[in-house]
Amino acid sequence: MTVESGGATTAAQSCSSDPPTQPNLHTGETPQPDQLVQLLTPEGERVDHPDYPLDLTAADIRAMYRDLVLVRRIDTEAISLQRQGELGIWASLLGQEAAQVGSGRALNPVDMVFPTYREHGVAWCRGIDPVKLLELYRGVSHGGWAPEEHNFHLYTIVIGSQTLHATGYAMGIQRDGAVGGDGADGKEAEAVIVYFGDGATSQGDVNEAFVWASVFNAPVVFFCQNNQWAISEPLEKQSRIPLYQRARGFGFPGLRVDGNDVLACYAVTKKAMQAAREGQGPTLIEAFTYRMGAHTTTDDPTRYRLASELEVWKLKDPIERVRAYLVRTGQASAEFLAEVDAEAKAVGTRIREACRTMPDPPPLSIFDNVYAEPTAILSEERERYAAYLETFEEAGR
Amino acid sequence: MTTLTLSKALNAGLRKALENDPKVLIMGEDVGKLGGVFRVTDGLWKDFGENRVIDTPLAESGIVGTAIGLALRGYRPVCEIQFDGFVYPATNQIVSQLAKMRYRSRGNVSLPVTIRIPFGGGIGAVEHHSESPEMLFAHTAGLRVVACADAADAFAMIQQSVSCDDPVIFFEPKRRYWDKAEVDTVSGLADALPLDQARVVLPGTDVTLLAYGPLVRTCLEAALAARQDGPNQRGRSIEVIDLRSLSPLDMETITASVRRTGRCVVAHEAPVYAGLGAEIAARVTEQCFFHLEAPVLRVGGFATPYPPSRLEDHYLPDLDRILDAVDRASGY
Repeated sequence: MTVESGGATTAAQSCSSDPPTQPNLHTGETPQPDQLVQLLTPEGERVDHPDYPLDLTAADIRAMYRDLVLVRRIDTEAISLQRQGELGIWASLLGQEAAQVGSGRALNPVDMVFPTYREHGVAWCRGIDPVKLLELYRGVSHGGWAPEEHNFHLYTIVIGSQTLHATGYAMGIQRDGAVGGDGADGKEAEAVIVYFGDGATSQGDVNEAFVWASVFNAPVVFFCQNNQWAISEPLEKQSRIPLYQRARGFGFPGLRVDGNDVLACYAVTKKAMQAAREGQGPTLIEAFTYRMGAHTTTDDPTRYRLASELEVWKLKDPIERVRAYLVRTGQASAEFLAEVDAEAKAVGTRIREACRTMPDPPPLSIFDNVYAEPTAILSEERERYAAYLETFEEAGR
Repeated sequence: MTTLTLSKALNAGLRKALENDPKVLIMGEDVGKLGGVFRVTDGLWKDFGENRVIDTPLAESGIVGTAIGLALRGYRPVCEIQFDGFVYPATNQIVSQLAKMRYRSRGNVSLPVTIRIPFGGGIGAVEHHSESPEMLFAHTAGLRVVACADAADAFAMIQQSVSCDDPVIFFEPKRRYWDKAEVDTVSGLADALPLDQARVVLPGTDVTLLAYGPLVRTCLEAALAARQDGPNQRGRSIEVIDLRSLSPLDMETITASVRRTGRCVVAHEAPVYAGLGAEIAARVTEQCFFHLEAPVLRVGGFATPYPPSRLEDHYLPDLDRILDAVDRASGY
């Protein structure tokens, strides 16, 4: 490992495929060599893990490769759109594609997802049109998709708040009898997955969600994408122990997975979701990854982290390793790779056009959907503002 | 008709709600086996089971946050916040999540969550147990904020809140929990006053006196006292209105009264500064300007934190302070 600065060393070392054996200075614990679940090395070598046999076909892995490429293209396009003034802001997922696609593809359609504002890859897996995401970042809506149509809740921006929603939703699944059954009553077992980041683990809501999920044994999987940075604050500002170890204190299992390994993310999520469905309660998954871009398009990472750190992580790119694996094992042809690239280009063109031609919402829609029925005070404000706008139209605005 | 305390009336209303809709849940600290620190949920855990009457871990944000999740799943949770001063840890979940979800989702998501909060002072409690934080929530679009004042309304309003498709912050006047009144627990709610309407509880002609929650009784007592002629002045006819809904406000009932009386006094325990009285004064001035004989006056808590309980009688508007304001309004 080549990172010299104190801040990033711990994080970077822990993610190495050759984990350190130095005891943690604070806990005295020596990291276990198998703490990072990995099924595909950064070089694209398949490795087996005794707890996570892989049930994917070559076609499945090719489909995941396609997801990864398309999602990155959507992300790249969105950054460009922001730079060109078409979006107000964008939160890039660059570097986290595998964590999101791997976990997203491990879900059943009936499972419920609670995302942060960066889960564009999971949104893709749930069938949300990326244009809907652009609406939010363009300022046309606050989200606006119907969560129940995709079992994908709205993006949540206040850090960690959605972990409690997910836990409550999981408690509802329990009350509906949709957990722990054998399916004999015709009810398909369900579970919930909630996404959050390393910074969120300091939030009270996340810790409360851990308590609730634990004592109620709720069918929820906590999927923490540890991308090493909470805007400018490195992981050691949030925790003195590896994040996955937090779970033990709350009374449920935690594990760390190579967040840049789409196969491992798929496998650990699949297993944790199944455990939740079977009534075994929550799991904390720490997907060890890296935010290769800025926090958002308003952020400037050069102010707080070394460029060399990024170079190290580029070698662990989540997409390159899948391409290398598929090509080397003869599971992907040059034609297939070209098709995916062409499709990515087409998706980029489509969302660019959709974004640039997206109309602003009508002014009076500002008053819609505050309550189930508008209140008298709200109706009065609406009427007054409509009348006010009329005066401009008469003046030939 | 049954004679019930306000606390028992809430209990009866919650029981009805649980009976009428299997999706209704009760959740909070000590609401189960204990029946709540004020016994508002007494007996419900025993009769409806721990899956529907849920003793939660001790964290208010967790209570409201998981209630939101349960509502997303199709449930109608009724959360209890044990005391007014304990609601602030849940503020993010209430203000940023609960209140805004319908708007953010363009109407795709409803969150029918009721949050019950015992509020107000007058029980000699230690700090953080006597506050009136209602305006924090009344200022938040997307929430309905109501306060019951007597047992009959408590019984009806809690059921209406639970069946409302908007989130409702339901304030209970804790020092009136033991006040008794006649409650019709049999007829159903078809003829009940809608949740968002104010009620004229005592008609009058000289001054309109507006209050909600614990001060409705105080205002009624003040109005009855003012009817009698004193040595220096003739009796006054005060019209007392229980606002019931703080957000939205029933301006129609308020303005109809003020246009008749020409004078308006608003009383609440919450600080006068930026309180509900300020909003009412502004709206009444705008809508009843040519009917007013006097400025709208306010009586309420001072611009201080809630004082130690040995001083609370100075802080809380009582009959005399309210009548003093009525006198001042009448002196113009």
